[in-house]
Amino acid sequence: MREFINLTLGGVITGAVYAAFALALVLIWRSTRIVNFAQGAMAAITTFIALSLIESGQSYWVGLAVALLAGLVLGAVVERLVIRPVEGGPELNAVIVTLGLFIAIQALISVLFGVNQRAFVAPFSTIGFRVGDSSLALSPNTLFTLGAVLLVMVGLTALFRYTRVGLAMRASAFGQEVARLLGVRVGRMLTLGWALAAVVGSLAGMLIAAEVTFVTPTYMDALIVFGFVAAVLGGLDSPVGAVVGGLLLGLLLSYVRGYVGDELVGLAALAVLVVVLLVRPGGLFSTTQTRRA
Amino acid sequence: MSDLQTPASSAAAGAATSDAPVSATAAANASSAQATGGRTLLPRNTLLRHLLVLVLCAVGAVVLLESTDLGFNAQIGYVAFYAIAAGGLTLLTGLNGQISLGHGALMAVGGYTTALLLDAEEPLPLVVIFLAAVALTALVGAVVGVAAARLHGPYLAGATLALAVGLPGLALYFKETLGGEQGLTVSTPDRPEWFTETIRTLSGGSPSGVKWIAYISVACLLVTYFLLANLMRSRVGRTWRAVRDQEVAAELAGIDLGAWRVTAFVVSAAAAGLAGAVLALVVRLTAPTAFTIVLSLSLLTAIVIGGLGSLFGALVGSVLLVFLPRLLRDAGESLDMDAAQAAEISYVVYGVILVVVMLFAPAGLVGSVRLALLRSRARRSAARG
Repeated sequence: MREFINLTLGGVITGAVYAAFALALVLIWRSTRIVNFAQGAMAAITTFIALSLIESGQSYWVGLAVALLAGLVLGAVVERLVIRPVEGGPELNAVIVTLGLFIAIQALISVLFGVNQRAFVAPFSTIGFRVGDSSLALSPNTLFTLGAVLLVMVGLTALFRYTRVGLAMRASAFGQEVARLLGVRVGRMLTLGWALAAVVGSLAGMLIAAEVTFVTPTYMDALIVFGFVAAVLGGLDSPVGAVVGGLLLGLLLSYVRGYVGDELVGLAALAVLVVVLLVRPGGLFSTTQTRRA
Repeated sequence: MSDLQTPASSAAAGAATSDAPVSATAAANASSAQATGGRTLLPRNTLLRHLLVLVLCAVGAVVLLESTDLGFNAQIGYVAFYAIAAGGLTLLTGLNGQISLGHGALMAVGGYTTALLLDAEEPLPLVVIFLAAVALTALVGAVVGVAAARLHGPYLAGATLALAVGLPGLALYFKETLGGEQGLTVSTPDRPEWFTETIRTLSGGSPSGVKWIAYISVACLLVTYFLLANLMRSRVGRTWRAVRDQEVAAELAGIDLGAWRVTAFVVSAAAAGLAGAVLALVVRLTAPTAFTIVLSLSLLTAIVIGGLGSLFGALVGSVLLVFLPRLLRDAGESLDMDAAQAAEISYVVYGVILVVVMLFAPAGLVGSVRLALLRSRARRSAARG
């Protein structure tokens, strides 16, 4: 029973990070119809920048701020320089461009920071709270992780619902032509969307790094898959769906990890993806029936 | 490649390719020599022409393998397995429009099959082992293909990415049979007497295991490319292109889209399986670290550089995959990097190449040259008329 409770708690926590990552993918998909396969690598490089700052004696919070800022800049630059030319073109070209970014950025991390794994110290204690004489898979640091993800979700909801910029971004995603006619600077909104998504991705990278405690240049490889599966589970179009999909996937993979084996987590994610795409290609929360997967 | 990065020529290339609707796969639409009206010395019959090219390439390969040292022979083995897998992938992506990031995982199926079968007390003949590896991988490919046939673009990329990340987990889970993290060492098959005799009369040298494996690799490459080239030029290849470009028209013509997509995936997976088998022999080790997502992305780089859908392009790309990293590694080590870091430079270059080619010359090397030729021919005939 205790194992089940701990696996559930662990699932909710990793699920929250998957949700944040899936949310970043959904933000980009909604506005540009591109799945950013480079998201994981982009988050990893910002985390490594933060890590080298932290290792040089800065506090975790300086590192976090720099990581988020670096994500913002990186997202905007990537959209403006290499994504803009393939937007609206053949979908194969956009997929290949993001894959090229993926492999280039990931290798760049190795070139700049070395290929060895490095310790990542969490900002809060990772020792679980104790109930009676057993310890829970819930620590001050996991509470921070959950809080940060929750904050991002509330923040994004507020941005999209209550601000002019958010409205303009939704308009650009809904119909570029119409939005442009109404005076929305659509290009700028797309850049902003990519920048925001990269910030959320960077945050997810920092949070997962604190959870796994060791980072390598490839530590986000699995997360890009899990984030994608979570996003597809929720329908790729829906932010709420991404969050629910992330939590569901986190729980499921946590049970697989605990009861079957750590090695098969990737295959379990593949199985979930295939089942969703074959049975309900629009995701759990699809509202339109026209889009095919 | 270098001139593509200058702004002026890149703008011109961008403008030139924008009039082609599916420009990234332009290389796949190569019409055979006689159809373009050009004069050629090759036979008009497709099968004869391909047979002639096959014989010429075989002679060229023997000359190449005999005139170079063993180290280079081993490199040829690497080129061969990359090229076999890239040939299969370029058929799938270029002709049929399906992207796959799972070919690294499919190669693992072929590689592990070969390693297990070669490890037996009385190993089967090598041909049988290779056929088994191909058959098993084709079977896995059929399963993946059935799921893939209903997906497109980013969904397909994501699903096959999940395959590439997930499948190596099996090798870790079944540690006893599949060797876990360390993988399986592959025993080199005995070289037959006739091979030793032939090499001795041919060049006077005494053949080693490396040379035998290099010959096997090249033979596999030539046979695969001969079969794939014929398939691409046949009714099957035309049907795949129809499925890629005009779904509705293809369906109206009585083509079952799903079935043909699955067929393409099976053929492509079979090639990946053979590539995995050759890899097992050449590298002498099958381990999860050999079949990562990076392998799949390298294959994608090879076919994108060469031009999606072109076998020749896939071969050129594979040659680059083998020889570019060595050049870059030397450059990196002269910059005081450790070997592991220097090795990563080539992947930075692959990534940049993928992005730059897609932005400025989506048809790749072969496709761009072909487009330029067609355009200049059209201009000349327009000037004459």
